[in-house]
Amino acid sequence: MTAVRLSAVYFLIFAFGAAGLVFYVTNTASDIIETQARSGIEEEKAELAQIYRVTGIVGLVRSIDRRARQPGAGLYLATDATGRIIAGNVESIQAGVLDEAGSTPDAFGYSRYGEAGVYHKAIADVVSLPNGMRVLVGRDQSDALRFREVVRSALTLALAGMGALALIAWFIIGRRALRRLDRMSAASSRILAGDLGERLPVVGAGDEFDRLSENLNTLLARISLLQEGLRQVSDNIAHDLKTPLARLRSKAEAAQAAAKSEETKDNLDSIIGDADQMIRTFDALLMISRVEAGSHPIQKAKVDLYAIARDVTELYEPLAEEAGAEIQLRSGGPVDIEASRELVAQGMSNLVDNALKYGRSPDGATKVTIAIEETPNAARICVSDNGAGIPADKRSRVLERFYRLDESRTMPGSGLGLSLVQAIAGVHGGRLKLEDAAPGLKVVLELPKQAKDGAGNDDSGT
Amino acid sequence: MRILIIEDDRETASYLTKALKEAGHVADHAGDGETGLNMAEGRDYDLLIVDRMLPKRDGLSVIADLRKSGTHTPALILSALGQVDDRVEGLKAGGDDYLTKPYAMSELLARAEVLGRRRATGEVETSYQVGDLELDRLSHEVRRAGKPIILQPREFRLLEYLMKHAGQVVTRTMLLENVWDYHFDPQTNVIDVHISRLRSKIEREFDGPLLHTVRGSGYIMRAGG
Repeated sequence: MTAVRLSAVYFLIFAFGAAGLVFYVTNTASDIIETQARSGIEEEKAELAQIYRVTGIVGLVRSIDRRARQPGAGLYLATDATGRIIAGNVESIQAGVLDEAGSTPDAFGYSRYGEAGVYHKAIADVVSLPNGMRVLVGRDQSDALRFREVVRSALTLALAGMGALALIAWFIIGRRALRRLDRMSAASSRILAGDLGERLPVVGAGDEFDRLSENLNTLLARISLLQEGLRQVSDNIAHDLKTPLARLRSKAEAAQAAAKSEETKDNLDSIIGDADQMIRTFDALLMISRVEAGSHPIQKAKVDLYAIARDVTELYEPLAEEAGAEIQLRSGGPVDIEASRELVAQGMSNLVDNALKYGRSPDGATKVTIAIEETPNAARICVSDNGAGIPADKRSRVLERFYRLDESRTMPGSGLGLSLVQAIAGVHGGRLKLEDAAPGLKVVLELPKQAKDGAGNDDSGT
Repeated sequence: MRILIIEDDRETASYLTKALKEAGHVADHAGDGETGLNMAEGRDYDLLIVDRMLPKRDGLSVIADLRKSGTHTPALILSALGQVDDRVEGLKAGGDDYLTKPYAMSELLARAEVLGRRRATGEVETSYQVGDLELDRLSHEVRRAGKPIILQPREFRLLEYLMKHAGQVVTRTMLLENVWDYHFDPQTNVIDVHISRLRSKIEREFDGPLLHTVRGSGYIMRAGG
């Protein structure tokens, strides 16, 4: 779109410039011609003045008569005081031209002797003699005018041709470039969607586009290498720490079974609880990185979101009641989409868990609402609470791994819950959005009805 | 129970063997898939604990081959692959349960117990009894000391599962898997609250506890003590 706008602007600028050029060239040319004509008139006027001084009126009239008859002669006219023509080659002249002495300010119309009815344009000087006679010396302007027309039309034609050529060039070259840009932007949006295996197209022409694509491809390769490294490191850390943690837990269990005093048993119990929390954190981290990396495509089947929502509501209902909260599932019919039942259920339960934990209403009557909404192509799982909500500027940050709001730092949790839900959204080709429920927070997990081959499928990567 | 462990990692295997022996079981060990298959076919085991990644023959194909030849010894698959689909794949191949490494030993012992004991009671029971608590699976009636107890459908299924495995420890994840049919680990103590609700229904107004909490592991249904 931008390219089309840009082309239109260029075209307009070009057209204005061309029009200006035509006017400038033709006006300058006709100015020069007029100046030449005027100086010719001046010279002749001076000659005639000399003749008049030497030979008087008779000599002047004879000289005018002779000059007027020469081939290619200018305009000559002598009239007596009453305006009757006594010499010259002019048959008739535009009224009023002879009334004032000096240079005619504008071109005027006249008709040559023997050509009655055909009018030409001319410029002239009028001199009035002491006895009332008037003498006019002029130059025909028809040629100058025709010259101006010719130059103008030639220039206009040339420029129109250039414009047409430019348009064709734009269509052929510009549109090809645009198409390549389009392909590049399509590829980059696929890359943004998480497919780091995608590369920008290289045509092999070795031009600027290819160089740009090649550089960006090198950059992408480096990014995906770094990302892969990072993922592996965090994967390895999580995995390597999980094994000793599980051993630790088992040893604590064994010690607990063997312990004699209640106090020891209680202490070991809290150790086991802590170990479980850590294992859970690592599990979440591993799951996020697996889901995000799309190393393992998930199997999607037709699932009913409403049924899952009912299960999750039922699962959390006693917990909510114990905490003095209420979970409400907004009634609705089955909403079938293609998704992984386990992951959707896990995502939903994370959202409900969060709402119960962090969405406590200040007046004590916490209310968590689950609603399944349907749009033509997607389904939206909305979980809202009536708690303090999250300030708009922090909403995107809470989706980051391990990020926790200061207010919730004291509460149990790993700070991975929403990241995990976001990863689940990503693997389904959906997205996670945080909105204001006024009061409270509304979390929307939007999933496409038809499974997309998004980040979850890496096999197609090149 | 006589248990066969098919696991290539020596350390894990010896650790597992020790834990199973401490729990009162007899455990044999096979270091690769080929040996494991032969041992499982040659002797009568109550349970197989099979690692998924094995040299010579992977765990899933060992189980699939056993099933084909008519050996229906329950099999618990251990795997480092923890994705949802890995689990489905494992169960499809003929495994009876699936546990992701690293696991809590109590989880493994509880699952082994439930799986191994399954074969002993071959026929389908229509009612369960623990102490003076009775559950009729056909009429969906629950009575304690002859007095009817009204339960929600989910509470009924929860009690049914606990009573079916009376005397065995069941973990929270086992309950979520079998009663709710979900396989993820919920963040908070959601299961505990369900249990305490059920407990209040079957124990309040009655004599003696039936549903006990096993520290660090889960719950056990048992009359007396």
